[in-house]
Amino acid sequence: MRIVSTLVLVTGLGMFASAAPAATLDQIKQKGFIQCGVSQGITGFSSPDDKGNWTGFDVDFCRALAAAIFGDPQKVKFTPLSTKDRFTALQSGEVDLLSRNTTWTLDRDTKMGLNFAGISYFDGQAMMVKKSMKVNSALELSGASICTQTGTTTELNIADYFRNNKMKYEIVAFATADETLKSYESGRCDVFTTDSSQLYAQRLKLAKADEHMILPEIISKEPFGPVVRHGDDQWFDIVKWTLFALVNAEDLGITKGNVDEMMKSSSPEVRRALGVEGNAGESLGLTNDWLIRIVKAVGNYGEMFDRNVGTDSPLKIERGLNRLWSKGGLQYAPPIR
Amino acid sequence: MVDIAERAPRERSSLLTDPRARAILIQATLLVLVVGFGWYFVENARANLAAQRIATGFGFLNGTAGFGVSQALIPYSETSTYGRAFVVGLLNTLLVSGLGIVFATALGFLVGIARLSKNWLIAKVAEVYVEVIRNLPLLFQIMFWYLAVLATLPKPLQSLSFFGLAFVNNRGLVVPEPIFNEGSGAVGIAILAGLAIAVIVRYWARARQMRTGQIFPMGLMALALILGLPLLVYFFPGTPIRFELPELKGLNFATGLRIIPEFLALLFALSTYTAGFIAEIVRAGILAVNKGQTEAAYSLGLRPGPTLRLVVVPQALRVIIPPLTSQYLNLTKNSSLAVAIGYPDFFALFAGTTLNQTGQAIEIIALTMAVYLAISLITSALMNFYNRRVALVER
Amino acid sequence: MSGVAVHVGTGAFVRRELVAASLPPLTKRGLVGWVREHLISGPFNIAMTVFSIVLIALVLPPLVRFLFIDAAWTGDNREACVNASGACWPFVKAKFGQFIYGFYPLAERWRPNVVFALGALLLTPLLIPRAPLKRLNAILFFGVFSVVAFVLLTGGNFSLHQFIVGRIVPFAYFIGPWEFTGLAAGFWLDYLISSAAIVFLTAAIARLLGANSCAVARIASLLFLLLALVLVVCDFDFGLVPVETSAWGGLLVTLVVAVTGIVVSLPLGILLALGRRSELPAVRAFSVIFIEFWRGVPLITVLFFATYMLPLFLPDGLRINGLLRALIGVALFAAAYMAEVVRGGLQAIPKGQYEGAAALGLGYWQTMGQVVLPQALTLVIPGIVNTFIGLFKDTTLVLIVAIFDLLGQIRASFSDSNWGTPTTLFTGFAFGAIVYFIFCFGMSRYSMFVERRLSAGKRH
Repeated sequence: MRIVSTLVLVTGLGMFASAAPAATLDQIKQKGFIQCGVSQGITGFSSPDDKGNWTGFDVDFCRALAAAIFGDPQKVKFTPLSTKDRFTALQSGEVDLLSRNTTWTLDRDTKMGLNFAGISYFDGQAMMVKKSMKVNSALELSGASICTQTGTTTELNIADYFRNNKMKYEIVAFATADETLKSYESGRCDVFTTDSSQLYAQRLKLAKADEHMILPEIISKEPFGPVVRHGDDQWFDIVKWTLFALVNAEDLGITKGNVDEMMKSSSPEVRRALGVEGNAGESLGLTNDWLIRIVKAVGNYGEMFDRNVGTDSPLKIERGLNRLWSKGGLQYAPPIR
Repeated sequence: MVDIAERAPRERSSLLTDPRARAILIQATLLVLVVGFGWYFVENARANLAAQRIATGFGFLNGTAGFGVSQALIPYSETSTYGRAFVVGLLNTLLVSGLGIVFATALGFLVGIARLSKNWLIAKVAEVYVEVIRNLPLLFQIMFWYLAVLATLPKPLQSLSFFGLAFVNNRGLVVPEPIFNEGSGAVGIAILAGLAIAVIVRYWARARQMRTGQIFPMGLMALALILGLPLLVYFFPGTPIRFELPELKGLNFATGLRIIPEFLALLFALSTYTAGFIAEIVRAGILAVNKGQTEAAYSLGLRPGPTLRLVVVPQALRVIIPPLTSQYLNLTKNSSLAVAIGYPDFFALFAGTTLNQTGQAIEIIALTMAVYLAISLITSALMNFYNRRVALVER
Repeated sequence: MSGVAVHVGTGAFVRRELVAASLPPLTKRGLVGWVREHLISGPFNIAMTVFSIVLIALVLPPLVRFLFIDAAWTGDNREACVNASGACWPFVKAKFGQFIYGFYPLAERWRPNVVFALGALLLTPLLIPRAPLKRLNAILFFGVFSVVAFVLLTGGNFSLHQFIVGRIVPFAYFIGPWEFTGLAAGFWLDYLISSAAIVFLTAAIARLLGANSCAVARIASLLFLLLALVLVVCDFDFGLVPVETSAWGGLLVTLVVAVTGIVVSLPLGILLALGRRSELPAVRAFSVIFIEFWRGVPLITVLFFATYMLPLFLPDGLRINGLLRALIGVALFAAAYMAEVVRGGLQAIPKGQYEGAAALGLGYWQTMGQVVLPQALTLVIPGIVNTFIGLFKDTTLVLIVAIFDLLGQIRASFSDSNWGTPTTLFTGFAFGAIVYFIFCFGMSRYSMFVERRLSAGKRH
């Protein structure tokens, strides 16, 4: 009803009032929360509990963003999106950003009018089969039926992989992860394929998880990151640097526990990051204590990883490629200065 | 506001009380509003797209699709274009709707006639069928068949076998696959020739009956021509078409034609659902034919069979055709619910997968709507044409 | 008087009255006759009977066994049902809240309950033909109830000032320091000035065109007053916790979508039907294009458009609630179908009615509103109810755009591994079938009842 009336007002009275698009940050400040697009329920990345509270790695990124802007990690609302609907929802402004295991590709970056703010999680595509199939390698899967989600890079990779290895296959694509898993479980497909992190999460949902195994082959590069629309550089910068802030915090040894002590640190890098020196936050359009708020809300990158998908979670995924660059991984963030 | 002005006490000619001026005014207002809103929306979309630098235009149709499809009627591979994926989806939609229309019509007529049967039991069974089917949502029924019924079928190794010819399992229905060898074309030609000759014979038989009153056994003759001729050609030079029986190899059927369960579930649900509605239309159509017509036919000495065929059905069809048309249209549009169970129909493949891979929502949704509109318009045009032919010619 | 008189003299007996007719032979009457007539009157009939019996035997006993005999009735998790070959009713019991309310907060579930109860209370007398005070009842149901339901379900407080004041900058002459129910005083001042200006302008135009400027001004100001009332209601803080529409689900969403669709589509459909029969070519063309377009495309393309693409066509920053967008899509779709049903009724009204109305000097709206429509609508009540049933069933499609109605909730509950048993799926579908059937069958029976009642006057 509000909408009808505002529509009447807007079209009737204020039609000539709204020509210039408002900046995303201003809009967010005005409405008082971030609208964050997440997946529809992948344990460890984004899933709602019984009361509808969202938790997970991707969810925490949005909370970090809310902390950076409002100082309150709760000022974010989540829109669960299927792979099918996610880009349209972002393009149309239905959500402010997509923090949802979305692979960075050239086409998406250019033609779809999206901007990837960085890589929050390095992943690769893997395949799950029933142990009873007695298959040890993906190369033995010729003629298999494969369940996957529609509109994903997975769907394309699997086509490439089987074509490249001259194997026959049948693809069955579903709109949601739940349907895909259900069909795999019921025996419609021999193989369930998706990003390996998600495979671990989905396997937990199976009634008899230990009857299924994940094949060793990783058949693709799947760099995930938060995504925003083209056309608002300030908002893009904020999202990008929130991600860098998380990595930098780990790099500098700033944790949820020691952030207040670190304020007294003499290291110029730490002082700049925490806003004791310089005005990094202000140049982003935030306040200078932005990084403190982020770390206080969700911790640094490593803490976020361990809590949601790593050692402290039921998923127990290895850091692997997602270790810091200084520890043999790929996570690397430009300096704050 | 117009009538208020009309009731105005002051009697003086004005623009608003002059019907012609008023008509122009109303239409101009409507036009301005429609064009204004249209322009407003288009302008917004243009601005939004430009601000985000989203690709526009239909050039994407030539791009490489890169994804596989579980059912394609024309050769399709990952290297095909989005344009080809468009055609694949469209054909899949047409296939499921076409078969759905055939099955729904057959089942609908049977059930509709059964509802009018003198046999109390079968009339009740038909009534229960119609009431249950019509009062449950179609999407509910599609999901029921797919999730609850087909998914609980056995694995390929434990397939239910039909005389070793066809097998049903949770991967679908496997039937013998026809392999067309050299000379298969002759069989096709024979079928066409049989049809053509049957039509000619029918005209001749009609004309003869008009002249002499002799009745020609047309049904038998047609059967002999349409079935017999191809069979003759098939066996005479030595069976050019071979049927490959389904055979289990490893985990799956290696040979045989497999019909995917998504297709089966959708086809089954669409046919049974629409049949419920068609049954009611048929019943109403038959009831609409005056009982006197039957009595008159009997008193002329016609037996029940010819009475039904020559007197009742032609009249009932006049009542049945228009609502039947809209049922056919509904079935076609409802086939887009395939997206819920992963059947690669037009909507799922084009407005689903292609939309996601290219991100060009406006072009794709516009094309999708245009295609469904075109299907609707063509179907109703065809049915209107048929309807004109069977309609009562009043003299 | 005895039946047989003795004629004195001849001594002959003559019957004066007919002998009572003897009963038909045993094979033609009673149960036996009925069975012979209706079940075994010929070889074909016998075949039909056998066929039906086989069909019933195949369907009925397994159904009864599944639903009742083999069903599990108590338990708290999958253990209760894992060995039962019948329905797993504890699953439905455990998920019942979600099936009905979705994720509507537990503490607030009394609100949808009140809405359900109030709706039933107001709808029942509206549907019973003999119940009095129809007009008052209709006003209560369509006017008051919809506002109350809206406030109760959403919480009713939207604090519009953030949105509207930001929007209508050119009109922001004053930004007052104090607020009236969330909206700044400045806003109301703006509103007053703007509406006064517009009312004045319309009146002036009307005068230029030679119409009664007073009446036009009256109507315009009434419209603005109504709009202000709507704004106040939306903006007033009722002290209820706001509940996001994304938390709604289950039967609640099904009913909200269906009822809103029904209430909106009927007037819209009537307008479109009138437009299609209008004498003004532009109006007619617009109506025809509108109706044929909506009838020609599948509902899911409409829903997809409304849900994911509409924002692209709106100015940057203007957002419309997701459920509302789906509602608009469903309502417009249903309106097109409704228009065709109403058109059928309009076509059935004899020309004499129009001519009679014209002879009495009635204008277009008076003719339509008081003479034609009341007759036309009564004629097509069955068609209208059928459209409603279709709309009710079509609400399931919202699950494709990620709004969880009853079917969506049922499907979502299947992925709960706490209840993963072989019969869970069938149980969920059985529950859904029962609920949908009750609503749709109820509606269709009601329409038959009304039809019979209405045609009673026409029978001779």
